[in-house]
Amino acid sequence: MAYITCTDLSVGYNQDPVASGINFEINRGDYICVVGENGTGKSTLMKTLLHLQSPCAGSITLGDGLTPREIGYLPQQTSVQRDFPATVQEIVLSGTITKGFGFFYSKQQRQLAEDMMEQLHITHLASKSYRNLSGGQQQRVLLGRALCATTKLLVLDEPVSGLDPSATYELYQLIAELNAQGTSILMVTHDLNSLQYASHVLHVKKNSSIFQERELYVQSKHYQQVSQEDSDGLDQ
Amino acid sequence: MDWISKLQYYMEFPFVKYALIVAILTALCSSLLGVILVLRRFSYIGDGLSHVAFGALAVASVLKVTNQMYIILPVTIATAVLLLCGGKNKKLTGDAAIAIYSVGALAIGYLLMNTFSTSANISGDVCTTLFGSTSILTLTEDQVIMCAVLSIITVIIFVLFYNRIFMVTFDENFAKASGINTSFYQALIAVITAMVIVLAMNLVGSLLITALLVFPVLSAMRVFQSFRGVIIYSAVLSICGAITGILVSILASTPVGSTIVIFDLILFIIHCLIGMARGE
Repeated sequence: MAYITCTDLSVGYNQDPVASGINFEINRGDYICVVGENGTGKSTLMKTLLHLQSPCAGSITLGDGLTPREIGYLPQQTSVQRDFPATVQEIVLSGTITKGFGFFYSKQQRQLAEDMMEQLHITHLASKSYRNLSGGQQQRVLLGRALCATTKLLVLDEPVSGLDPSATYELYQLIAELNAQGTSILMVTHDLNSLQYASHVLHVKKNSSIFQERELYVQSKHYQQVSQEDSDGLDQ
Repeated sequence: MDWISKLQYYMEFPFVKYALIVAILTALCSSLLGVILVLRRFSYIGDGLSHVAFGALAVASVLKVTNQMYIILPVTIATAVLLLCGGKNKKLTGDAAIAIYSVGALAIGYLLMNTFSTSANISGDVCTTLFGSTSILTLTEDQVIMCAVLSIITVIIFVLFYNRIFMVTFDENFAKASGINTSFYQALIAVITAMVIVLAMNLVGSLLITALLVFPVLSAMRVFQSFRGVIIYSAVLSICGAITGILVSILASTPVGSTIVIFDLILFIIHCLIGMARGE
């Protein structure tokens, strides 16, 4: 059974759907890119999957032993975070909160945070302040925090926005590595180059959605349409 | 060594001891909350809420309520919850909401005091409430105990929920996705904020509460990198500023509130310079 199965899902605010007819499933080891124009509800879909808001219609079924809190989340950066005084260690450690019950972090939680920092090569930054890091390093830190919550499924909301090309490439490599180790990836993206890493593509539209394997999708008229718009945008 | 004997002479009086105790406790609490409020871009909420508390105080004195706290505390807490727990879907948010509550309450408060007050010196009363000119030196034992209880509650909540408060402040969406009841913690923070501000009105008066909330935090943020470091250091700075301010104001016969704030300001400038020297 799939980790998450969405059937005829509508997402939006206050029962006012911004996108409907969404059908797809996330299986163990999948790498799904979510594409679509601005305002078609990609971020809203993320938030619905993360239980930050409830669906307008349709159903989200969890399976394969996935619990509602076992979804790691890499949100878009907020303005609050830009000058936030917090060390890398403090932030990564905060991701382990779902693994503990008490008021304070346990030894296991601290160890988990250490391991994740090791894996993402940010151990040397542990006592550095988040606000002084580069964009790529900041994303690694937030990725570490998400992985502390779970390594089953990661949901990433435009992770490369604002990153320079080399940092973008590194982050994609890192995500691909995690995927190779078995973590399922669901990534909202504007960057069509990132589709090369995906196993599936979910194209969200106002009244319907297309969910296909990547090879099929890149040959379809929908992809032609998006990439056409993309290059038009560059021309302007 | 004239001033030492002068200080010893003053320390004999219970009101000076009360003032010092209340100053230390208020400074501690306001610096703890200040960290959260400044980081969440609510630096001016201290000013806004204290004006609301001033309005409530005016209503209470017009109604001749025996314990004015019964009116001031609920009104201020309700306003704090409205301001801090609102979602993004509200029409009036952030600084605009603070401005409206603050100015509205100030106007109502002054109007009531002016119209109904039996006191001969209204502007003196208003000045006392806003600038806290002498109120801290007239504290009663009951007020000191109340202040101590509120402070202990604040510190306990802060220590117990430290990890969750950090998460909710740093990244509300992530905290929510991790199953943390973010509205609960926001409400909790709002309630403590209101309590501390009502508390701080006794110390520095409403206009200067903002200083207690923001100066120590901003100073600490210049030199410390970690959240924990900023919280602890801003508490230390805040307490130092309060003690020095009170002692100096007693020796030099200056108004307590403004003296404390001037020391906080000096500390802030020093930390800015340290930060600059380190190239942060």
